[in-house]
Amino acid sequence: MKTLRRAWMRLMGTLTHSRDDEFLSEIESHIQMQTVDNIRAGMSAAEARRQAVLKFGAVAAIREEYRTVGGLPFIETLVHDLRYALRQLAASPGFASVAILTIALGIGATTAIYSVVDATLLHPLPYPKPEQLVRIQEDFPGIGALDVRLSVPEWRDFQNSGIFQYVCPAVSGSVNLTGSSQPTRIQYKGVAPNYFTLLGVKPELGRVFHPDDPTPGFNLEVVISDGLWKRDFGADPHILGRTLRLDNDANVVVGVMPPDFHDQGRTTEIRNTEIWAAFGFASPELPPPVRSSRILKTVIARLQPGLTLQAAQSRIDALVASLQKQFPADYPPESSWRVHLVPLAETMVGNVRQPLLLMMGAVGLVLLIGCVNVANLLLARATARGREMAVRQALGAPRMQLVRQLLTESLLLSMLGGIAGMAILFFTKKFLLEIIPAALPRLHEISISWTVLLFALGVSVLAGAFFGLAPALQAAKVDPINVLRREGLGSKGSKGQTLTLSALVVTEFAFSLVLLIAAGLLLRSFWDLYNVRLGFDPENVMAVSLWLPNPDDPATDVYGTPDQEARFIREILRRGRSLPGVTEIAAGTQEAIPLNHDKNVLSFVLEEGSTRSDLPHQVQGASVTPEYFHVLGMPLLRGRLFTEFDIASAPRVAIVNEAFARTWWPDQDALGKRVRLSQPGRADTSWTTVVGLVTDARTETLEDTSTPQIYLSSWQRTDKNLAIFLRGRLDPAALPQMARDMVQSLDQELPVFGAKKLPDVVSGSLAQRRFSMEMVLLFGLTALLLAGIGVYGTISYIVSGRTRDIGIRIALGAQRKTILHMVLSQGLALALMGAAVGLVGALTVSHLMAGLLYGVSPGDPLTFIGLTVVLVVVALVACYIPARRAMRVDPIVALREA
Amino acid sequence: MKHKTDVWQGTLALMVLRTLDAMGPQHGYGIARRIEQISDDALSINHGTLYPVLLKLEQEGAIVSAWGVSDNNRKAKFYRLTAAGRKQMALEEREWGRANAVMARFFRVKEQLP
Repeated sequence: MKTLRRAWMRLMGTLTHSRDDEFLSEIESHIQMQTVDNIRAGMSAAEARRQAVLKFGAVAAIREEYRTVGGLPFIETLVHDLRYALRQLAASPGFASVAILTIALGIGATTAIYSVVDATLLHPLPYPKPEQLVRIQEDFPGIGALDVRLSVPEWRDFQNSGIFQYVCPAVSGSVNLTGSSQPTRIQYKGVAPNYFTLLGVKPELGRVFHPDDPTPGFNLEVVISDGLWKRDFGADPHILGRTLRLDNDANVVVGVMPPDFHDQGRTTEIRNTEIWAAFGFASPELPPPVRSSRILKTVIARLQPGLTLQAAQSRIDALVASLQKQFPADYPPESSWRVHLVPLAETMVGNVRQPLLLMMGAVGLVLLIGCVNVANLLLARATARGREMAVRQALGAPRMQLVRQLLTESLLLSMLGGIAGMAILFFTKKFLLEIIPAALPRLHEISISWTVLLFALGVSVLAGAFFGLAPALQAAKVDPINVLRREGLGSKGSKGQTLTLSALVVTEFAFSLVLLIAAGLLLRSFWDLYNVRLGFDPENVMAVSLWLPNPDDPATDVYGTPDQEARFIREILRRGRSLPGVTEIAAGTQEAIPLNHDKNVLSFVLEEGSTRSDLPHQVQGASVTPEYFHVLGMPLLRGRLFTEFDIASAPRVAIVNEAFARTWWPDQDALGKRVRLSQPGRADTSWTTVVGLVTDARTETLEDTSTPQIYLSSWQRTDKNLAIFLRGRLDPAALPQMARDMVQSLDQELPVFGAKKLPDVVSGSLAQRRFSMEMVLLFGLTALLLAGIGVYGTISYIVSGRTRDIGIRIALGAQRKTILHMVLSQGLALALMGAAVGLVGALTVSHLMAGLLYGVSPGDPLTFIGLTVVLVVVALVACYIPARRAMRVDPIVALREA
Repeated sequence: MKHKTDVWQGTLALMVLRTLDAMGPQHGYGIARRIEQISDDALSINHGTLYPVLLKLEQEGAIVSAWGVSDNNRKAKFYRLTAAGRKQMALEEREWGRANAVMARFFRVKEQLP
């Protein structure tokens, strides 16, 4: 209590400053009383006063002690140090602004990347207790089938296992929404009724589904997103109970999710789901719920509270073992059925983790290099302030006090830098968010949060300590006698300082080279991908998508048979041909759009059996009309394309690509071979004959040369998802509306959407790669610039310290060229040492980032050698300016000044 | 230098408290004179060293101060003992006595050594 009271009083004493004045008058009154007593004792007035002052003691020392007792000396010193530091910085605004700007850029960039990492990697799931959320993944490694769909009985087994609170399958897709202003295609998710309860989220309006709703099929209730509610329904407060038609089926809105709710899922489309429907996964239209009928693509679950992932996994393993015994026919031992619990967070960030960590590392290196530069500046300055330090030390300042003063200065610098960095970040935030590729998960949640601010503060303090400590210790090591004696001899800086400076520059070069090589490898990967032979010609082609409704009642489906659909497509093609600018037109399914992420995986059986039992008998398929291959510029190798006679009543035909033929009929002619195709839940009993062979094209990803593909005739199939391909001199601004009018003149209820130019699709698929490449390249160039400035500063400093030395050499007859060489070789030595260290670092880093490279080996000699040469050239150029200055030293002036 | 003032602060504080207890409210100069008189001028201190001690005691709540007028009509700051100060004084006196007794025993031990 006593101590507390005293601390409080001291704090108040620190903050107010009245005490000192009061003490002065108290001293005065004390001395006067003593003087009066002394006079009474018989002294003269002057002597009385003198004796009184003597008796009181050294006023300055007592006042000092009084202050120490009265206030908090630590804070007072800090305030004092800060004031002094501010004055010092203000006295050299050039130095201060360069240092602060360097730190600001470093901290701003680091914090920017960190805010992305914070939102995506560290907090990928914006739901309560995210660590309990898992995805259930099933593999049959024995037959090479990974991440297969689950069956309904398996779902029930997991639900009843006691391991999970909830288990929820979900199917994603898109539906035609009619009933709002314009028919639209929206992202939809069919989920078990426990979905929202599992995630632990609440609606902003209405309710979510009842988690135990036993309806076997769709219960015809839907929950919609805040975005859809505001966009298509004008935030109508009476939306609850309203009927929406989804693919012609009537559904009732029961709830609206809040604006900050974002769905989870593996793709951006799924994360932007706008409507959720409750589905029991047991309705009669579905295939019978047997174990072999694998229809559940994504199943997520919430673990029982307190259960760790490992414990849950071992209980799952036990369950799997007992099910295998119970159903040996469904889980033959050679298929080695496995069930994995994957943390849901991991499935969200899988493909962005590596690029983000790389960027974080790169930006961290830039910050380090920036710090090294500031340390260099501080060191050079410390030398210039050597005299000040020496004088202060000679006057009795303890060494610790000098170190503290210098550290305060560097911390002040880094704090100002941090504040400036955050200010830059704050004002450029909008622009920065625009250049981040949209495929990044949780993009809209990236913000400057408290964690991010805390991070920036921490980084600032660390940076300040990092670049301040070495110069501070160095400066305080100054021997006052030597410095003061040497004063005026013209030679600045000790050997130790030069060594420290050189070491810092070597570090800088090493870091820069690592960054440059990482950027170079990414750039080459990007360039190679950008210039791959596509195998199709995207120029002047646009694609638009539309969906035919898929009502639950087949009687209401006017596009239910292949002939009905073919009639509709033919009419579209006929009308589309007369649109302005269109020279060619074709149709197909949306999977036929190159580099589209929609996939339609077909299982198949080969007529004559297969030799490749090690591969899953699955292939990506698309339906197309005869003109498709010509519009896309995919050449036919052999056989024939589809014709107008490949209709439903004719024998089924297919066209395959080289990769498919090579995989399944090596050394044989694929033409005339027959396969039986089936889709999940849609078995096909008839044989399909291969009639044509087309060249491989990179229609799946740019990275893969050849993915097996099979094309089917649109006339023989009913595909609800359609795409129209148009080639010609098209107006990209007008085409979407023209296409919509054309389609809706046939059927007013059909949504037409997703118009895109194929060249944009191609470059868009490189967006994420382009982003990380550009970022690392930007950081690499920044690093190179900083390293150049660093070596320039260091060599200038060394040269200016040796002016007298150089003057003597020239006076003794040294060639000016020799001087130039001497300085340049000094810089070159630093650069080469830095390069050697950097090359080792770069080799390590490049192997760590091998997964991000394409078409270039992690140890690519061209990149390594080329960029080392670039670095050395930059170093030489940076040294050339001080070297020229050294060469021009006038011996007379140099010696006279000394 | 430092530990010397520490010792002084401990003993001086107790002397100040005793003085205020005996004389009632008193200004700094009066306290200093009184301590000199009591110690028979054996304890010759710089009067200034008293003030940090007074400040510390005031912060601890043992004494309070107020400006007033001295006997010969001068403005002076008067210090007065509080109830808490009286308690603190009693406590410190006991401790001082105990420490004294222990020290005294040590001195006797030295005398008895062969």
